[in-house]
Formats: sequence, C-alpha cells, structure tokens
Amino acid sequence: MESRRVPRTVSDPKVRQVGFFAPPDRSLSGPPDPASSPPLLSNISPSGNSLSPVMIPPPRHLSTDLPRHLPHPQPLLSPLRAPRANETSVPVGSYNPSEFSTPSGIADFSEDQLSPRWGRKSSSGKFATSLPSGGFGMAAANKISDANSKPGVADGGADAEVQKEKGAAAGKPLKEKTTKAERRAMQEAQRAAKAATKGKYLVLSSSWNLSRGGCFGEEETGRKTMGGCMNGSGEDRCSGKGRCGNCGGKTAGTYGTMCTVAIGGGDGGLDRVKGVKIAGGVPTGVGKFLLSCNKNSLCWVTELHLPGEGSKTVGVNSANAMKSAKPAPQKKDNSSVAASERKGGDRQTDKDRKKDVPHPRMQFDDENRVEKAKKRSVVKQAEARNRVELFRHLPQYEHGARLTDLESKFFQLGPVHPAVYKVGFRYLTGDISGGNARCIAMLQAFQESIKDYSTPPEKTLIRDLTSKINCYVSFLIECRPLSISMGNAIRFLKRRITSLPLNLSESEAITSLVSDIDRFINEKIILADNVIVKHAVTKIRDGDVLLTYASSSAVEMLLLHAHELGKRFRVVIVDSRPKLEGKMLLRRLVGKGINCTYTHINAVSYVMHEVTRVFLGASSVLANGTVYSRVGTACVAMVAHQFRVPVLICCEAYKFHERVQLDSICCNELGDAEMVSRVTGREDINSLDGWTSSENLQPLNLLYDATPSDYVSMIITDYGMIPPTSVPVIVREYGREYLLI
Amino acid sequence: MPDVHSLVNEFVIKLQKRQIEGSKTTAKLTAELLRSFISQLRLPHSNQAGALIDAVKEVGEKLITAKPVELAVGNVVRRVLHIIREEDLSITNAAVGGLNLASESDDDDGNDEYDHPVLSASAVAAAARSALRPPSLQTLLDDMPHSAANPHTSSSGGDSEGKSKSADSLRRKLKHDVIEAVNELIQEISTCHEQIAEQAVEHIHHNEVILTLGSSQTVKEFLLAAKEKNRSFRVFVAEGAPRYQGHAFAKELASSGLQTTVITDSAVFAMISHVNMVIVGAHAVMANGGVIAPVGLNMVALAAKRHAVPFVVLAGVHKLCPLYPHNPEVLLNELKSPSELLDFGEFSDCLDFGSGSGSPLIHVVNPAFDYVPPDLVSLFITDTGGHNPSYIYRLIADFYSPDDLVVRRKSAS
Repeated sequence: MESRRVPRTVSDPKVRQVGFFAPPDRSLSGPPDPASSPPLLSNISPSGNSLSPVMIPPPRHLSTDLPRHLPHPQPLLSPLRAPRANETSVPVGSYNPSEFSTPSGIADFSEDQLSPRWGRKSSSGKFATSLPSGGFGMAAANKISDANSKPGVADGGADAEVQKEKGAAAGKPLKEKTTKAERRAMQEAQRAAKAATKGKYLVLSSSWNLSRGGCFGEEETGRKTMGGCMNGSGEDRCSGKGRCGNCGGKTAGTYGTMCTVAIGGGDGGLDRVKGVKIAGGVPTGVGKFLLSCNKNSLCWVTELHLPGEGSKTVGVNSANAMKSAKPAPQKKDNSSVAASERKGGDRQTDKDRKKDVPHPRMQFDDENRVEKAKKRSVVKQAEARNRVELFRHLPQYEHGARLTDLESKFFQLGPVHPAVYKVGFRYLTGDISGGNARCIAMLQAFQESIKDYSTPPEKTLIRDLTSKINCYVSFLIECRPLSISMGNAIRFLKRRITSLPLNLSESEAITSLVSDIDRFINEKIILADNVIVKHAVTKIRDGDVLLTYASSSAVEMLLLHAHELGKRFRVVIVDSRPKLEGKMLLRRLVGKGINCTYTHINAVSYVMHEVTRVFLGASSVLANGTVYSRVGTACVAMVAHQFRVPVLICCEAYKFHERVQLDSICCNELGDAEMVSRVTGREDINSLDGWTSSENLQPLNLLYDATPSDYVSMIITDYGMIPPTSVPVIVREYGREYLLI
Repeated sequence: MPDVHSLVNEFVIKLQKRQIEGSKTTAKLTAELLRSFISQLRLPHSNQAGALIDAVKEVGEKLITAKPVELAVGNVVRRVLHIIREEDLSITNAAVGGLNLASESDDDDGNDEYDHPVLSASAVAAAARSALRPPSLQTLLDDMPHSAANPHTSSSGGDSEGKSKSADSLRRKLKHDVIEAVNELIQEISTCHEQIAEQAVEHIHHNEVILTLGSSQTVKEFLLAAKEKNRSFRVFVAEGAPRYQGHAFAKELASSGLQTTVITDSAVFAMISHVNMVIVGAHAVMANGGVIAPVGLNMVALAAKRHAVPFVVLAGVHKLCPLYPHNPEVLLNELKSPSELLDFGEFSDCLDFGSGSGSPLIHVVNPAFDYVPPDLVSLFITDTGGHNPSYIYRLIADFYSPDDLVVRRKSAS
C-alpha cells in the first residue's frame, strides 16, 4: 500500500498546486531532519529558495495535540515527512486540509484501532499532508473495490447502492449547477432512504454527497461541498477527500441543518464514515449532534440513533435537511454518545465561520444601534462634540471623560474579570499599543479569567464561557476598538471553546484552553516574529540604508538582529505626530549602537534618495493585498514606490484577514482629537487650544490607513516571503489552520 | 550713499539671520530697498542704464548671496534689472526716433554730435537685446508703432536745442521711470493675493473638499474669496510638521466660517481619496514648472497624482524664478534646527554614544522645502491667470530678460 501510494503522489499530474511551496520531490527525497524544530529556517532547503524567490516553507507549527490524538505510531510516508507528516499542511491540492485525514493514518489503522478518537483526530486540522489528494483518492478507490469484494459486508445492498451512486456522483462534471446538484442530491437521498429501509442503515455518505457532486472541497458561493466520494470510483480528483459537507449550502443560514460526513479510505474498505454533525440553526454555531456513527463490521456506515424515529425516516429527513431545520432538542440527545467524536465547529463552512467573527464594526451613523449600544455599554462614553462628518460611521468619543468614568466603575463591573478590566484600562490609557502587544495582553487576560472560571450550576461550560468571553470582548471594544489581529485571536479562542469535547471535566477543559492560548501566543506571535526576522534579515546587506516608519515590534527585532549579526547598515526612522512612537524606537536603537537618522514624515521624500530598503510593520494585511497599518505607512510606501525603493512589510500571518478594503475611510479608528491639537513639547503651538468652542473646527486623529498593494514589494510573514497578491492564498490555505490548532 | 549701503547691509543681515521669512515679505522688502537704492544713486552723465544695471547687480548679488534659498530676492532683483532695461529701451526708442530726425535735419550741429554716437550705440545695443529677447507680443506691439511713427515724428521736425533738452529730460526720465516701475512692482507684489483670489470662484465649486498643507496667506485669501461668494465647501488642513502652521491656519479658516478639519500630515494619503482638489502655496516656481514648496508637499502631490486629484499651486508672479533647478531637493533646500523634532535635553544621554567613536549616532534631518516636479502639478494660478506647468518658461520670458539670469557684476569693463 505504502509503496503504491508514494509514486502516485509524485507522478500524479493532477496535483493541484496552490500558492508557493516547496517542490514535492524535495519533501520526499530530502534528508531526514526530525530534529529540526519547526520554526527554524533550516527547514527551507536552499534549493527551494533558489527555485522561487518567494516561497512558503512548510508550516512549522508543532502540534502538541498530536500525541494526544494519535497515540498510534505513524507509518512513515517519507523520511523527511515522517516526523511532521501530520503536523504539516502544505497546500497541495487540498483546499481544506483539515478535512483530510492523513493517508498514513488511514493506511495503517486497523479496525480495532479505530477508536472513537478518530473523530477527534480528523477534526484536529493538523492532518493535511503534502500528499496530493488525487493519489490518495486512487488508493482509496482501490481499497474500496477490495472492500466491496469482501464477503460479509453488512448490508451489501445498501453498500452497492452507495457505490453506484458514488460513481454517478463522482462522474459528474466538477462544477455543476446548484439546482442540478440539488436535484441529484434529492434523488440520491431517496435512494439512500430506500436502501436504508432494506438494511436499516443509512449510508450517509451517499446522501451527503449531494450538495456538489464530486467536486471536492471546492468552495462555491460559500458552500462547502462534500465531495465525499470516499469510493470515488475512478474520478480521482474527487475521491478520498473525505470532505465534510455542509449540505445546507445556501440555506444553511436559514435552515441551519447540516450534516457533515467525513470519509476516509482504508484497508477495510469504507473504513470510516464519520459521524455527523448538525450545526443547528443556532447562529452561534455551537454544533449539536444529531447523529453518531458506529462502526459496522467492514464498511463504516452510519447508523442513526434517533430516539423514537426509525433510521429510514432519518434518511428522508436528512435528504430534506436542505430544506428544513431539525428540531434542536433532538440534537442534544446523542451528544454524549458523540461527544468524543464531535467535530465541533471544525467542519463548518466559511459561511458559518463568518458568524463567529466578531461583528464587523458597528456603524455609528445608525442612530438606533448607537442608542442600543449605549444602553448596554459599561463605560459611559460622551460623544465628541465636533465630529467629523466623513467619519460619522466610526465611534468618536471624548477620551478624557472615559478614563475617569472607568476608574470610578471598578467595583461595579461585576461581570468583567479584573485581569480583563486591567487590560481594558491600559488600552484606554494608551499604555499598551501595537498589534502584538495588545493581542498578547488580551489573550493573557482571557487566560487569567479562564483559570478563575468555574461553570455556574445548570450551565454548560461551552456556552457560558463563550458568553463570558463575548462580554469581555465587548468591554474591551468599549475601551478601544479591536484590531484585526485581536479579532482573529478571539475567533481562535472561541473556536477552541466550542470545540471542547463535552466529556471533558471542567478542570481539563480549562487547562486545555489555557495551553491553547499559550500555544497561540507562542506559535503565532512570538515564534512567528522570530521566523519573520530570520527571513527578513537575509534582505539586509552591508551598507544598506533602511527606512522604517513609526515603531513596529517586528521591524525593531529585525534591526536588532541584523545588528547582532554584525551587518553594517544605517537606519532612517520616520516619525509622525501625534504618537511620535519613532522616538522610542530611536532611543532603543541608538542604545544598541545603531546609527540612526531621525526625521518627520513630511521630509520622507527628502531622505528617500539615500534609502535602499523600506521595512514597515502592519496592523493587518487584507485579502486584496492592502496593508492596513499605522497612519502614514501609505505615504511612506508611496514615496518609496516613487523612488523605486523596495517596500517590505513584516507581518505575522495571524494578522491576515479575508476582508478587503480599498480606502482608509470605511474602516478605521479615530484617536483622541485632543492629541492633534496639542503638540507635545512645543508649547508655542497653541492656536488650536480652544477648538471645542468653535463648531467649524474639528481636529481629526486617524489611526490607520490602507496602503494599496502595488506599493508593496513583498510581505514577510512566518510562512515565508510572499508578494501581496498571495495574501488571499495564505488566508485561504492557512486561515483555517490556526483556528483548528 | 552711506545710508543706502547701511540699509543694504542691514537687510543682508536680516536675511542671514532668517529674520525675514516668507517670499512675499522678502520680495516686497527687496523691491523697496532697491527702490531707495536707485533713488539715491547718482547716475553718471553717460550710459546711465548701464551704470544703473551694474549698480543694481552689485547690490543684488549681495542680497542673493545673503540667502540663496530665498529665490524671491533674486527674482525681484532680476525684475528690477529687467525694468531698467525696458525703460532704457523705451527711452532709447523715443530718443532714436528723435535723433533720426535730428541727424537728418541738421548734421552740422557740433554740440549734439558728441551725444549721437553714444545714444545710437546704446540704441543698437538695446535693439540687439530686444533681438536677443524672445519675441513677445508686448515687444512686438511696442516695436510696431515706433517704426510706423518714425516718419511721423520726422515730419514734425524740431531744432537742436529742443533735441538736447529732450535728451536731458530723457536722462532724468530714466531714473524716474525706473522708480515708477519699481513702485508698480511693489504694488503688484502686495496686491498679488487679491489678484489670485479673484479667480477663486472659477475654481472652487459648491460642496468641494479641499486639502491644503501648512499655512499660506495666498491660499487663505483664495479660500476666503470663494467663501465670500457663498460657496460652501470644506477644507482639510494638514498641520505641516514640524512648524505646525496648519493649526493657526485652520483656526483662521474656521473663524471665518469655513468647515475646517485639521489632520496630521501622515493622514494625507488616507484622506486624499475624498478630496476634490489640493490647493497649496509655493515657495518658488522654477522655470521648468517645478515647485519649491514647504516640506511635505511632494508627498501630498504624489498622493494627489495617485488619486487623480488636481494639485493646484497658487503663486504670485514674484515667485516665478527664471532658473532651471538642478538637484533642487538638496541645493535649493534649507535644513532647520533639529530641536524642532527632538528636544536636545531628551536625547542628550543618547548623544553621548557618539562621542566615543567620533561620529554621532543620531542624525536629525529637518529640511524646510520639498521639490514638486512639474508633472505632479496640475495648474498654477498666478496673478496673471492660470497656467500649465509647461507654460511657465514662457511666462518667465515676459518678466525677466535673459541677460540677467546670472546676476553677477561685470568685471571692471
């Protein structure tokens, strides 16, 4: 099996290669390097570098989940891959690595090893491999034929039926019109129902193949298809993906019933039909289990346990699931059975995932909502008197008043954990600023609060903790609007909470969450910064004049590291009011003995003549390549572009976001207007002192701006150095990964 | 005479000490100084124009070297030189007309013979100069009547005494005319704001959003003129670090009823997409249409270009400089005190690091001006109307004579 699969992997012409990645033969033939710690650059072979100036090294995130979920020794796929086969998700051919279980695992799992942990394992999202799906699919198909020929297939009729349908489904053109697919799905579901009547089993895979025939993991109109087709009968591209589907498709939001089926191929034929998750119509996306799966002798079929209802009705029901929501109460019944196998939200589609995203931003020009928000809010917020018309959709508050108000409310803020309160307070005072610092502070505060958490009686940890986190988040938003990186971190945390196994005890759950948060901070922020520095330092040569704007932690680390390496370079620090963060950077760099030139942003075109590289930090990188960063970054990038100086953005991948933005007006943050009118250290500049009394005069303190992608030469992330056009690839390929750590 | 020289010296010192700021003030003061200089200058009996030009050049050179960055000084000096030449030319033309007649009617008059060659020589020189000068409609029109008028004047006739009298009066007339013309120049400089502001209504429409950076008197009057015509528009003022003149500017605009928003300079790119027009003042306009402008405007101009926002420069004619820039970012710039950016006290401890190795670790760059290349400028509005950057070289030919481009005193000859 092993020997057969590997060559297929390499030779399969249909390998779908997305983004920049190492050549496959490297991964297969490279020297075994089990000792290399994931985040090190040493993982990138020089040959890979020479092939492509920008490449994404294989992700280097060690999954600590692994030992827990995979106690079995893993068969080695290849010498190099072996130690990391399960923790890597090289974007080969897989649009949803998380749904795709490792071939190695599949190949060697005998049935008795298929413990209920399977579900957990496949849901862990670490199981993408570099193995192209096609090869695996073929293997799976072969296995399936084996399986079919074996005697003793339980409910052979049903199985055969399934096979037939699979073939038909898989043979369909990859992209089919929705209506056609749905019609087809209905037919299939009916047939499945018939089969189920015969054998009392419902082979879910058949009915769930419906939403998009054969098209694996392809995403269309926000609908994840289940290219189930574990037995993909020749159409190798759609086979073996084990994709879970959200068969609700468009209707998911409305009807909210969806089942997921994950299918893997294995020695035993259809060795796994993974159970089934109904993400209810509940917008929170907290999945409830309707169905659980059972192992049935050879072929893994799913038996439906529905109290009071025969499986055949369920078969029909599931077919109708596209149209009608299942009653929620039912879902809970089997939850305990399915607990260990639950997929949590892991298998949710993008559409569902979006529900988890903190609500974009409140539009403050909507009066009703502003009123509502005011009633809810903890901090009393006085609206700024002279609001800028153009920015009515953004919160414009008087800053001074909020601080004292919050101080006085310390003892009234019952629901807010003191650690969170402290962080919020420091946000408000501007004590913590900078994307990474704010994100780490927030996560640590959440960690504290989780440590102190105990589930109130008659409540479930998942729901209660989520609502608690929501409460904290809204408190923090009142202190200062969330940055995109914080939004991503919160999304991660909530996802972790919702995917907690139900049978975990409270203390276990808490330790798991605490370690999850630690891991996020370590891997996504601290290690990521180290990797970025290691990448970026290769771009600094002796004699360079590097320009940086304001103060970015990643760039600072980079400059210090380059200095430690003994590179001779000069730094130009461009600064701007009102924060003048560059001064602090200047002080730190000069303290280390780096030669610095300091200037203000207006003089940037004066100093740009001598500059050879521009290194900038970013608050976020959006899917259209726009760099959302400290206001002024766009100006610097623009001038650098004009002077033909390369602009390199250092940004951790957790700050990437799938949103797009064209201008800096629609989505931004307004700082304290008073900061603009008062020039620190220049008491002679006082003409704006009484600005509040003049209704025609509004100082505007914009905090961010959006740099168009054409000004950016390169974005340096922990996944490598990429052009801005590749941002959506990173978001797409790796976006799910950290949600699923 | 000594008082004039002391006046000049005082002015030079003021320029060097940067006590005179702003191109308009400088231009006006320079013109006034030159006026008083000319009025006190005792002209020789012969070759008055040449002597006057030499004297003015001498003073002009002094003034220009006092503050080479302030191009307005050189502009005014050149303008005055041009005025002298023009006046001289017109007088000579008149004289040539008279002399032609004189030489024809009575060539036996010995008294006048002495003067004739000189005058005719200067007339020839003037003619040569006018030939050198690129043809302008003005000169074409000026020349036409003379040639047409010559026969007319010759027919009128006159005696030698009258001629010598007229030559004498012409001599006195030159200085007088020059002073008159310089007065006009001063007048022009002081009213250039109004002249420019008159055109505001043609350029600002209702509900317009205008961005400007720093402070400029010209821009202020331009905007207020449009406001007086009941155009309602809003203005974004970038504060213009490190001098922050935008603050006072915004306050003035707001107090006269304009909706004004102060933004930091870094927010220019963010805001420019919502701006209809960028209106700024200039420090000087070079002959190629490039602009020496307050620092930061190159960035604004680039952002405006990116978003196809018109970048309009308001400049009085006295800011037109007949020179072509070479490396203007460096050569026509001025570095201000670092204390505007960093407190000396604040970084005194860090500065010690440099003392060991011999070179300081911190450099602070605080330039005063930016160069905006002509392709970033959409329009110049001067007191003579709106012009394309590509037209500036031609406009300059109307105000300056090519002989004066290099203001350097001729050697003893």
